[in-house]
Amino acid sequence: MKFAVLAFPGSNCEMDLYNAIKDIIKEDVELVSYKKNTLEGFDAVLIPGGFSYGDYLRSGAIARFSPIIPDLQEFAKSGKPVLGICNGFQILTEAGLLPGSLQKNVSAKFICKTEPLVVNNNHSMFSSEYQEGQMINLPIAHGDGNYYCDQDTLRELIANDQIVFKYDSNPNGSIDNIAGIINKQGNVLGMMPHPERAVEAVLGSDDGKGVFQSIVNHIKSRGVIYE
Amino acid sequence: MALAKVYVNYKKSILNPEAEAVHKALKRLGYDNVEDVKLGKYFELTVADGKSKDELDKEINEICDKLLANYNMENYHYEIEETEAAQ
Repeated sequence: MKFAVLAFPGSNCEMDLYNAIKDIIKEDVELVSYKKNTLEGFDAVLIPGGFSYGDYLRSGAIARFSPIIPDLQEFAKSGKPVLGICNGFQILTEAGLLPGSLQKNVSAKFICKTEPLVVNNNHSMFSSEYQEGQMINLPIAHGDGNYYCDQDTLRELIANDQIVFKYDSNPNGSIDNIAGIINKQGNVLGMMPHPERAVEAVLGSDDGKGVFQSIVNHIKSRGVIYE
Repeated sequence: MALAKVYVNYKKSILNPEAEAVHKALKRLGYDNVEDVKLGKYFELTVADGKSKDELDKEINEICDKLLANYNMENYHYEIEETEAAQ
């Protein structure tokens, strides 16, 4: 199977993602420029962290109008996995592929440290490698990671089991300790923590591997493999 | 030509830690009578002639909805001023 890693001006985690897929998960992966307008031949799309367009206006607000985005929206609609990490999550909310938005951290500080997370839903295509309630350690690195949505949206997220990861001790003020959510359809995940920075012991934790392995298992079990 | 002045600010329910930091600094400076600080964004869009007032109003509204403001956490309002044509 083949992963696409999108790259926008100001992305800075695309090579971490690329290496995680190539060296650790051992699947095909290709960097795809924000200027391209096709995602044909890919089985899953990863949107990296960073500061696309310098976070000007709002995080993700300008990247959201890149040439690749209409194809990303089509790709998501087709039910194939889309994972946005950190700035990738912010781009997905701005593009209307996930509800809510990411505000400034309550502390008004950029937070860069390893955080314990709880796997809140282990039957998504991104989390099946974990146990429900399992504690995992993943690095966070963000200034705008405080997830916000209105009460109606939150009720819907809970009712549809869309909250995949929660912080154990809320570092940024996110509503309901939310660290990662999926869309209603279940094929688009946005998360602030960085699983690609925790894929081997030498990095301090390999707890992030499960996210990518879950995607691979999902696609292979469905038999949607393009050679 | 016309000048659209667009003001974007956070909704009441949204925390604004930057505005809070400014408010605290004002208090430290002794301005105790400042009760609240809002810190948002201000845009000036210079627009070429060629559209009716209604059309321009519709367009600025669309620009705000699409890009300048995020309806999930921000409100906006704007004023459109007629300016002299560029020489």
